[in-house]
Amino acid sequence: MDIWIEALVAISLLLGSLFALIGALGLYKLPDFYMRLHGPTKATTLGVGGMVVASMLYFSTQGNGISLHELLITLFLFITAPVSAHMLAKAALQQKLRISEQTRGKPWDQ
Amino acid sequence: MSRPLSKRLLPQPLLSLFLLFIWLLLMNDLGLGHWLMGALLGWLIPLLTHLFWERTPKLYKPVKLCLFFLRILGDIIFANLQVAKLIIGSSAKLRPAFVEIPLELEDDLALTMLASIVSLTPGTVSADLSDDRKTLLVHGLDVADEAQLILDIKQRYEAPLIEVFTCSPT
Amino acid sequence: MLAYVIPVCLAIMTVALALTLMRLIKGPDLPDRILALDTLYINAIALIVLFGIWLGSELYFEAALLIAVMGFVGTVAVAKYLLRGDIIE
Repeated sequence: MDIWIEALVAISLLLGSLFALIGALGLYKLPDFYMRLHGPTKATTLGVGGMVVASMLYFSTQGNGISLHELLITLFLFITAPVSAHMLAKAALQQKLRISEQTRGKPWDQ
Repeated sequence: MSRPLSKRLLPQPLLSLFLLFIWLLLMNDLGLGHWLMGALLGWLIPLLTHLFWERTPKLYKPVKLCLFFLRILGDIIFANLQVAKLIIGSSAKLRPAFVEIPLELEDDLALTMLASIVSLTPGTVSADLSDDRKTLLVHGLDVADEAQLILDIKQRYEAPLIEVFTCSPT
Repeated sequence: MLAYVIPVCLAIMTVALALTLMRLIKGPDLPDRILALDTLYINAIALIVLFGIWLGSELYFEAALLIAVMGFVGTVAVAKYLLRGDIIE
């Protein structure tokens, strides 16, 4: 394998895992549920995206033809991550979870 | 049946094309057999299921929608870098806020797309849709100015969707 | 190069999974725990794709796709249960 492609694969793997780490860090340290929701929906989805790009590059240069089916995972996650985040936010609003004092604005009553 | 024959045989051509594309991706192979199987599935699935669809969503400008999705992809990466920066920084300095966004879209699919895009892009998560479907409740992680955020979302994401999903006279 | 990078990535993912697990244990409310489970499955997908590259096998793709599908259905079912107290009405 070409050294440049290997470097690209390595960089996207590292970026992907760093994004996953940042998403998990957000989930761990942010003060209230609604803020914690931001970590997994955005950073973790892009983390998987980085891994998938690396996998596509790696298997496309193995000599067995172009491999694009990993795109389906990203496509699926991009469609489903907002839906599950929306469901969880609705559930949290209904349970009237504590909202941190810094928050401006108020959700309406369910 | 008053609808034209081509409409009855191929109720949703774009959905058929999309199914063929998904099938080819899933098989990871461009052989003739896979094209045939994908075309068969893309033809049969909309034909067998279109009676269950209450209202088939109407796309007026599919090419524009594809370009819009490419721009969204760029926005997603940019928004992620921003959120990553916010998470690493001090969480006491964040300015979270609930913002209500008035909506002009009415189509179900378009509303779903807008809510998903809002969740995926600019440091916001769509939390709830009001019962009359006129207002979207959004939680922002770091909002400097509510009015600016509303304007941004309406201009950048809602306006193109309205253009794609409504029939314009031109 | 990859022989060095992949173990590093595995280590980073382990830390991420550990942080998520801590949130799962700490709670404090049910939606927090569901969110942690949701993050866990997404991280598991990333881990499996990474593992597939390490072993040079494309077979792991199907597993990753299946976990994505099942995980989504699971999260939605539990969130729906919290919302309505029932999954299928």
